[in-house]
This record gives sequence, C-alpha cells and structure tokens, in this order.
Amino acid sequence: MVPTSYYLVLSAVLFGLGVIAFIFKRNILTVFMSIELMLNAVNLAFVSFSRTLGQLQGQVFVFFVIVVAAAEAAVGLAIIILIHRNRRTLDVEDVDSLKD
Amino acid sequence: MPVLSYLWILPLLPLLGAAANGIFGGRWPKNIISAVALSSTTLAFLVALEAVREFLSLPANQIPWIKTYFTWISAGGFQADFALQVDQLTVIMLLVVTGVGWLIHIYSTGYMHDDPGYRRFFAYLNLFMFFMLLLILASNYLLLFVGWEGVGLCSYLLVGFFFLKKSATNAGNKAFWVNRVGDFGFLLGVLLIFRTFGSLNFAEVLPRAASMSADPAGQIGTLTAIALLLFVGAAGKSAQLPLYVWLPDAMEGPTPVSALIHAATMVTAGVYMVVRSHAIFLNAPVAMQVVGIVGCATALFAATIGLVQTDIKKVLAYSTVSQLGYMFLACGVGAFSAGIFHLMTHAFFKGLLFLAAGSVIHAMGGEQDMRKMGGLRKKIPITFWTMLMATLAIAGTPGFSGFFSKDEILDEALKVSPVLGWLGVLAAGLTSFYMFRLIFLTFFGTERYDEHHVHVHESPKNMTIPLIVLAILSVGGGWMAAPALMGGVNHFQHFLAPVLSTAAEPAAAESSSGGSEILQALFGAPVIAGLLGFLLAWWWYIKSPETPGKLAHSLSGPYKLLSGKYFIDELYAAAIVRPLVWLSDKVLWHVVDEGAIDGAVNGAATVSRETGDRLRHASTGNIRSYATWIVLGVVVFTSLLLWMVD
Repeated sequence: MVPTSYYLVLSAVLFGLGVIAFIFKRNILTVFMSIELMLNAVNLAFVSFSRTLGQLQGQVFVFFVIVVAAAEAAVGLAIIILIHRNRRTLDVEDVDSLKD
Repeated sequence: MPVLSYLWILPLLPLLGAAANGIFGGRWPKNIISAVALSSTTLAFLVALEAVREFLSLPANQIPWIKTYFTWISAGGFQADFALQVDQLTVIMLLVVTGVGWLIHIYSTGYMHDDPGYRRFFAYLNLFMFFMLLLILASNYLLLFVGWEGVGLCSYLLVGFFFLKKSATNAGNKAFWVNRVGDFGFLLGVLLIFRTFGSLNFAEVLPRAASMSADPAGQIGTLTAIALLLFVGAAGKSAQLPLYVWLPDAMEGPTPVSALIHAATMVTAGVYMVVRSHAIFLNAPVAMQVVGIVGCATALFAATIGLVQTDIKKVLAYSTVSQLGYMFLACGVGAFSAGIFHLMTHAFFKGLLFLAAGSVIHAMGGEQDMRKMGGLRKKIPITFWTMLMATLAIAGTPGFSGFFSKDEILDEALKVSPVLGWLGVLAAGLTSFYMFRLIFLTFFGTERYDEHHVHVHESPKNMTIPLIVLAILSVGGGWMAAPALMGGVNHFQHFLAPVLSTAAEPAAAESSSGGSEILQALFGAPVIAGLLGFLLAWWWYIKSPETPGKLAHSLSGPYKLLSGKYFIDELYAAAIVRPLVWLSDKVLWHVVDEGAIDGAVNGAATVSRETGDRLRHASTGNIRSYATWIVLGVVVFTSLLLWMVD
C-alpha cells in the first residue's frame, strides 16, 4: 500500500512543474498544456484523499474538473487558433496589447 | 348648509380658472379666456355671498364654523388638517376679497385688452384669488402660511409681469426677497406657537393664549416673542418699516395688479393675521407697543415721501404703505375692529384710486408722470369723478367711508397714546395734501402734454363700471359705523365682537357710555388736519402753481431727502445688498466654491488620476508576469493562512 503522502508529494511536484512551465514557457500551446498539468495534479490530490478517507465526493469532484477542463480546452484552443490567425504568432511575449 | 359644508368650492373655483387658462388657454381667443377668468371669480363671489347668507343664520354656538376635510400632515404629536373656517372676521375678508377681486377682474378685461400676455395675466390673477381665499379661510397657521406664501408667489409673478423690462423683473425679485425676510420671522413664530401650544389650530391656540397670564410689561416672554415674530411676517407682507421698500417698486406690475394685490387684498394679509392672532398680542404688551409705534411711524414716514412723488402710481403706493400703517396703529392700540374696518374701506377707496389711476394712464397712452398731465377733468369725466370720490374718502372727509374708519383709529389711538394719536392726525393731514396734489396735478390746471401725440380718451365700459361701483362703496362703505358717532352702536364693531370677544375692547364699552364727550373734543382734529391739507394743496397747485418749485429750490435739502425717499434703498444697498454681493462674489464664490468645493472635487479626481498613472506601469500586458503575481499572491496568502492556523 503506497502511503497517501507519496501521492500528495507527486501531486505537488506536478503542480509546481505546471506553475513553473506556465511562467517560463513562451509558446502559448505549452502554457496551455501546463494549465492542464496543474489541473490534473489537483485531480490526483482529490482522488488520493478520496481513497484515503473512503469518501466518494473527491472522485465526483474530479469528474467535474475533467468536464470543465474539456470545455476549457475547447474554448482555449479556439482562442489560440484565433490569436494565431490574427497575429501570426504563438509567443505570449507578443500578445501584450492589454497594457495599452 | 349646502355651501358652508362644501367650503372648499370657494378657493377651488379660481384655481380651476387659473388651471384652465394656464394649461389650455394658449389656443383660446381672448373672449374665452376672459369668460373663464370672469366666470370663476363671479361664481366665487356668488358662492361667497351664499356662504355669508348661510353663516348669518347659524346659531351662535356653531361659530366659528370649522370644516375639516382631511388630515394634511400627521407626524408624531403634530397634526395639521386641511380645514377651513368661517367666522365674522372671515366673512368681512371674504366679501372684500371676492367682491373687490371680481370688480378688478372685470376692469382688467378692459385694461389688459391689448396685452400679448393676456392669458398669463388672468391665469396668475385667478391663482392669486385661490391663494388669497385659502389664506383667509384657513383654520390653522400652517394652511394660512400656504396661502401667505402663495399670494407672495403670485405677487412676484405679477410684479415681474412685463418680464422684458429689467426694472420689472428686479422689482419682482425685490418683492420676493424682502418678503422672504418677513416670512422667515412668520415661520419662526408659527414654530414657536407649535412648541408652546402643541397645536396650530386657531380654535385651540387662541383661547389658550387668551387664558394665559400676560407677559409683564417691558419684558419679553414666550407670547411676546411669538407676537413679535408674527409681526415681522406681517411687516414684510404689509410693507411696514423697515420692510416696506418692496411695495413702491412693485408698481412695475400692471395697474389692476397694484389695485388688487398691492392695495386691496394681499398687503392687508398682515393686518388680518395680526387681528386673527389678537389673543396672543393682547397678552404681549411689548409687542403691542412695537406694532403701534411701527404702524404710526410707517404712516407718517410713507406719507412724507408721498408728498413729493411725481409718478401717479408711486404716490398711491406710498399712500398704501401709510394707510397700512394706520391699520397697524389701530392693532397696536388694541382697536382691532377699527383696523379691520379701515382695511375694508381702504380696499374700496385705494382699489378705486389705483383703478382710476390706471384709467388715467390708459387715457394718456401709458404716461405715469403727473407733471406731464393736467386738465384731464373734462376729457375723462367718469375717471375724474370716481377718483375724486376715492380721494375724498381717503382724506377723511366727513360722510365718506375713510372718515369713519380713520376717525375711529385716531380716536382710539388718542385714548391709549396721545403721541401716537397726534402723529396719526399729522399723517392724516399729509394724506389729504398729497392726494389733492395728485388730483390737482392730474385733472386741473394747464394741459402739460403734447396734444398731437396723446389722444386722451375715456376708458371703455368694462373699466368705468367697476370704477363707479367702487366709488359708491367708497362713499357709503363706512356708514355702518356711523351711529357710534351719535353715541349709538357701531354696527361693524358689533358684528366683529364675537371674534374679538377675547379682546377686552375697553374703548368700545367706553364710547357707548361716557365716551361721547371725548369724541366731541376730538371729533374735529383729523377732519381739520384733512381740511388744512386740502387747502395747502389747493394753494400750491391751483392758486399759485409756481410755489412748489420755489419751495423745492429754497428747501432743497429736505426736498432732496424726500424725493430720494430718505435714501432708504441706497442705505439698504450699502448696508446689506452690497456687502452680501461682495461676500458672495469674493468669498463664497472665489474662495469657498472655487477653492474648497471645486478644489475637493478636482482634488479627488487629480489624486485618482495620478495614482492610476503611476499604477498603470504595473500592468504590462504580459501574461507571464500576471501569472507570477498570482502565484506569488497565492503563496503569500497560503503561508499567512497556515501561519495563522498554527
């Protein structure tokens, strides 16, 4: 039986990797993938707690996250395609018109 | 009691007339506008007559007749009803207001016929009738105050009626502002009444005020404070010293307005209010003295200014101020019924004087300067004869209405305070002088106008008939008091006695028994003063017309003082208006408004703009830096949370 703490450490490591990738990667697609990584790191924490505590809520919650993540992926990818069409770039450094 | 139960019809009629003309009159021809205005006032007069007829058959225990229609304001312990009241005092005011008002409406259809503001004029005039009726029918101070302010508003609107003339709008503003000073005092008085008595109804306040012990002489107690504050309001509305300055300027309004509002009705509202509150005044000796002295001083002061005025309406304006002074003199010496009596006869003869003056102005094609008139007697005979009747009445010629009322006032004044009485007699002489001066300058002597330019013509019938009716009233309106002079009953006083029963009227009891000899002794004084005034006017303006010019030259100092109206306007301008303008301009505008208020508003804007300007550099538009901030924020808050849980 693998102790719960292992899962949690793995989850934290994955989440930290996601954060670091989000901050340091320049390609929007990679940034987007790092968001997915963070979501799944959280999912891992949810299911491990669910299993440890013997309660189903955590697993139900994971399904919600997966559904929302799927929807978010659809919208996010559409946005990325539009950015690419309009700006001919996928570099987040170039997408900074909000400051104006 | 059909009408007495539905008293609200009475003020409603002119209000409907005003609303109809004011809202729909724009598309109506003049004859429909005048039909609406006239029918509403005619009906009001007829309804008033019927109300009086019903009132006279009421049993004494139902007087005052009070009809409460609905609760107007109810807040905590305070309640004010929309309630109307009829008693003997109301009856007299009602007949004067609706009767004289009706005649003046008829006159106005002729006088204002060619004015482009015809509809506006009648809408305002009807609105005035509404507020005036509300004022006299009100059964509590608050409702009275509504009418009081309403007639002030109409006065303002009608004084500034020719609004393209700067002087007219200025006069309207002046009337409004000066009245504001008085109304402030009045309102304070009303509040003090509520604080003292817990009610504003006449029926509750006045009997309780009468039963309270009088304030000791020479001291200012609550009742005296109330009375003085009420008198401030009365002095504003009725143009007494020192608040009279608006009335002469108010002559900028059309002449029927001067007759109705600034002679016969509105300006007498102050007298009415004081008489209505006589129970308070009688227990406030200091206030009574103030009222008497102010009234007497005003009567004399305004009469002296009237001596040298050249504008026919200005003479009458100062005469009105002076006659109002007489009414307050009467109140001040406790002869309230004499004050109301003079109010009534004054409404007749002064209303007539103004209307006749309007007829003269009409005939002269708008000229108001008496120096450019003269010899009009033959050309406009009806105007001349009616105006002469009114002049004889105001001068106190025996047998005319003014004689009875003025004589009664001076008689009572001489009994209470010889000084005030004799000053009043002096003012009566001056009154006679300036009125006959007006008559002689206007109707006698040489024609001093350009006959080629001025086509003198008698006024149409709808103007002359009101003149004739008022002339009859001016002559005969005082005879109900006549028996008193023969030691009999003064019917007017007798009629008012139930209202004034709280007033001791010591003089009244006296005059019926042992007063006749005092009466005999003083019977002549006002009459002789009037005769002297007449002779002097005749001497100066008929016999040797060059005398006044020489006199003005040799006595140039006093003459300038009088023709400059004692420079009171200039004094007020220097002492009040200009400092106020300076304060408003230099301090309130440029320092307080521009500095503090604008500064605060602009300062808030500047601070937020500057802050935003600095902070906007933080938003780079770079997603990664935003993400960094978010992560850092989460880390910081999570650590804080963990640290606090431990």
